[in-house]
This record gives sequence, structure tokens and C-alpha cells, in this order.
Amino acid sequence: MSAAITAADGGLRVLLLDEQAQPGGQIYRNVGARLATHSWLGKDYASGLRLLDALAQSGATVQFGATVWRVDSGSRVVWSQNGISQVTTASHILLASGAQERPVPFPGWTLPGVMTAGAAQILMKTAGMLPKDAVLAGSGPLLYLVAAQMIDAGCPPKALVETQTPHMMLRALPHLPKALLSAGTLLKGLGLIGKIRAAGTRRYKCASSFAATSDDSGMINFSFRSKGRLENLTCAVLLTHQGVIPSTHISHAAGITHEWNAAQVAFQPSCDIWGATDRPGLHVAGDGAGIGGAEAACAAGTLAALGILRASGNISADTRNQRATTARATLFRTRAIRPFLDAAYAPPAEILSPPDQTIICRCEDVTARAIRQGMSEGAAGHRQIKTSLRAGMGPCQGRMCDSTVRGILSAGKTSRMGDIAPPRARTPIKPITLGEMAALTTHSEDTA
Amino acid sequence: MIIVSRFQPPPKTGATAEFEYEGASITAPQGISLAAALLAHSGAYTRQTAGGDARAAFCMMGVCFECLVEVDGVPNTQACMTQVRQGMVVKRQIGLRRLNGCNDS
Repeated sequence: MSAAITAADGGLRVLLLDEQAQPGGQIYRNVGARLATHSWLGKDYASGLRLLDALAQSGATVQFGATVWRVDSGSRVVWSQNGISQVTTASHILLASGAQERPVPFPGWTLPGVMTAGAAQILMKTAGMLPKDAVLAGSGPLLYLVAAQMIDAGCPPKALVETQTPHMMLRALPHLPKALLSAGTLLKGLGLIGKIRAAGTRRYKCASSFAATSDDSGMINFSFRSKGRLENLTCAVLLTHQGVIPSTHISHAAGITHEWNAAQVAFQPSCDIWGATDRPGLHVAGDGAGIGGAEAACAAGTLAALGILRASGNISADTRNQRATTARATLFRTRAIRPFLDAAYAPPAEILSPPDQTIICRCEDVTARAIRQGMSEGAAGHRQIKTSLRAGMGPCQGRMCDSTVRGILSAGKTSRMGDIAPPRARTPIKPITLGEMAALTTHSEDTA
Repeated sequence: MIIVSRFQPPPKTGATAEFEYEGASITAPQGISLAAALLAHSGAYTRQTAGGDARAAFCMMGVCFECLVEVDGVPNTQACMTQVRQGMVVKRQIGLRRLNGCNDS
């Protein structure tokens, strides 16, 4: 949104293609509906309204329910809306694909009632819906944010089961001085934890060995270890979270080179300070280019638009640099907290490389055992695992399993993961019918 | 055995949409996704994988494809990316979709 606003204000013709039905991405999802229940969600969420209003006034053309399924350098997008695909060419394309939850596989994670913490937050944002009886399990700021939002909604979680260990916190401490540049964010985090304490929510620490089963009533039995003890909780909804990672399927498919972010244990597209990639005319910004949060995403969007304005000849390099000052400062400040957060809430090895009986590829029902068996039989790389076992060949196209296959191939050792190239991401990056593709003609080409 | 909803009923927004799911009639607030409406209706599975594994909505943002259902005859529809609509007919997706032998029309 911020990129569209800056680019349109700078005199460019802008087309914004959003797959969702309303603007806001996931962080500000449905904020425009101004539901009464949004009061549970806090001030940061409400601040998204400013962006929505600015977008509406910017003169940018916005299409919703518009799924981009192919991106070519040069540059053009092929997108689908209401079952009809069309091609739009442009001098520059900005990919702001955002983040997805890091998959949190464990035995029983595919049961109805096991969902992501983000999913619960989306239900709050879009439908004002609250779980009846929920346990929150995993690690990361979002876990605390969702718990606090549920408490504010009068529906506190039954328990928090936290995988963070003192060792992780110790590794994070050297990054704390730098994180103080984001003192505001740190204080917000402490406030969330304070709210959870004040609500008296039961917290299980140093948790591991997650496993879920369910009975005929559908209730979930969640077992885990906490400080060495075996624990059991019964709940209607089990919400898991281990941080977010960039959604890179579209940037991979566009042919952009990616790099391994060791601190975040994820791949992200390589780009310069203006978001320009190694593919001419293709730019990236926001969490899809590297996890930084809402404020950083907004600043990165502004910088990307300024970079595009300069590349289009609308402004000089000096003007670009001058206009970029505030955004660059915001980016510097918000990025300062990342090394601390990434280390403090690192995903545990057993989530990156889960037990044998865990389903890894949800779409194709491929277990960790099958993958390890495949490795012992000679499938040495990610692509071979994919083609021999079908892991990654279902409709989600590897979004839910690529990280875990990589984790199993490297036996949970994050230092080795960056060397394991992901398999090719092929277009269409979302399923499209043959009929819709066949109906695409050159007459459908339009210039943004 | 009926598996009750895992969620509290969504607040009413005023306008509603009534639609059919597996023979039952569901009334849901306008503006929510089909996945949310199905979660509000029941905690049971909404699809089965090719291997018979029971699944329901997982990520609510179009990434995981677990919420696939058949809407008005069109299978492989992500319920979380579909808004409730008056009169829609929704069925569970059991296994892989069937190809009808001709173009979708």
C-alpha cells in the first residue's frame, strides 16, 4: 500500500493487484470494515486505517480478488480474477508477497482443530470469532500478541506452551543493546507479557515433544514435555506458532536470486536498499523480502517506490535520497530489534526436523519417515525428494513443506540449510484451470 | 457423533447469508469467509485427502489449501478465500476432485 501511494503521488500509473477481498494484507486484514470487535486488537492494528485512506485517495487503481500467477521480467504479470485471466505489462513490478507462518510440524498437526496462531488472529479480524477453549503453543512475539488480544476479548487462552529455552535467551542477549534502538517495540512486548501474567494464564516453559491426538468428540489431547515433565492438555483448538518466514514462491518463480538468512532460518530474495532485484524491472519490499514487521514493510514500500520513480526518470537521485530519509531511518530502527528476536525465539530443531511419524507434506501425506527413507536410498537433494516422493507437488506447491524437507535434509542443523537449494518454483504459482489459461489471448494484454 | 464448533458464534453484522452445507442450512453473517462460517458451524472435518485423512481449515490465508471444498459444483475451492453468499451449495471435498470429462462450465 505504501509503495502504491508513493508511486502514484510521484506521478506514475499504478495498478495494485491484491489476492484478498479487501486491502490490508494479513497484518491489517479487514481493518477497513471497522468492526466493533476490532477494539480487542490494539492500536497498531487500527493504525492501518491511515494507509487504507491514503490508498483510496492516491489515484492508484486497485483490483481485489486478483491472483497473480505468473511474473516475467521485462515486465509483465498474468493474473486471475473471477475465473478470467489477463496479462498486464508494466515498466516495473513490485512484489509485496508478505509473510507466511513457519510450518510447525509434529505428530497430529493435521487434525481438525489444530491451526496456526495467525489463523486465530485472522478469524478475530475478519469475523470477530473467538475459540472456545484454546491452547497457544510455540514461540515468538505473535504468540504473545494473540494471547493478549484474546485476553482483551474476554476469552483468554487455557494455557501458553512455550518452546523458548534459557539457552536461546542467552544467545539473544548480545543483540539486546542494538535492540534498544527499537525500545518502543521492546516495551510493547514486555507489555504483552505483563498482560498475560496479570490474567493469570498458565505458562508451560521449555516445552518440547509436541504431539496431538483427538477422540470421537473431536477434542484435542495435546501432550508435550515442559521442564522435563510430561504434560497433557485437552482443548478444542490448538494454536501453534514458530515465527513467520517470507512468502517467496512468487519471487522464486519470477527467477529472482535468493539468499539464505541464517538468523531467520529462511530464504529471502536478494535486493538492494531500494528493493531492486537482479531481474530487470522486478522489485521486492516488505516481509516478502525479509521479515521486519509492519512498520519496516511500510518504510520498505516507500523506498521501493522511490527507487522505481528514479528508475523511471520521474525524480533525480538526489531527490530520491532526500525523500528517502525518514523511511531509511524507520527501516534502520525497526531492523535493529530483529537479531535479538530471531535468536530469542528461534525455532527448535525438532520442529525443523520432526519425528518420523510426522506428516511433512500435508497435501500429499508424505511422512518424515518416508523422506528419511528416501534419503537413505539415494535421494540426495530437495528436488529429488520432491520428484520421487511428491513432497511439494500438491496444491500448496511446497509452501507448507519446503522448510521442513530442507530441515530433514540438514538433520535440523541450521548451518547447513542455506546450502540446500529449494526446488524450482514453477508457474502458475496458484492453481489455474487449463480452460482459463487457454482463454488467454494477446487481445487480453493491457498496459498498466 | 456430532462434533460441535470449536469457536464461539460470530457476532451478527446485520445482513446474513443462508447457504447449504452437506444437507444442512447454515446462516452466517455477511462479510465472513466460507471457512469461518464452516468453523462456526462445526468442528468436524471439511475434506479428506486422497488417503482418507480428515482435514479442516488451517492457515485461513490461502497458503495451505487444507480448506478445499466444493462450492456450487466447483471443487478445489479454498473456503478461506471465498465469501459466504446467499444460496451457495457447499459440499465436503472427499479425496481428489473428479474430472467431469468435459470443460468446467
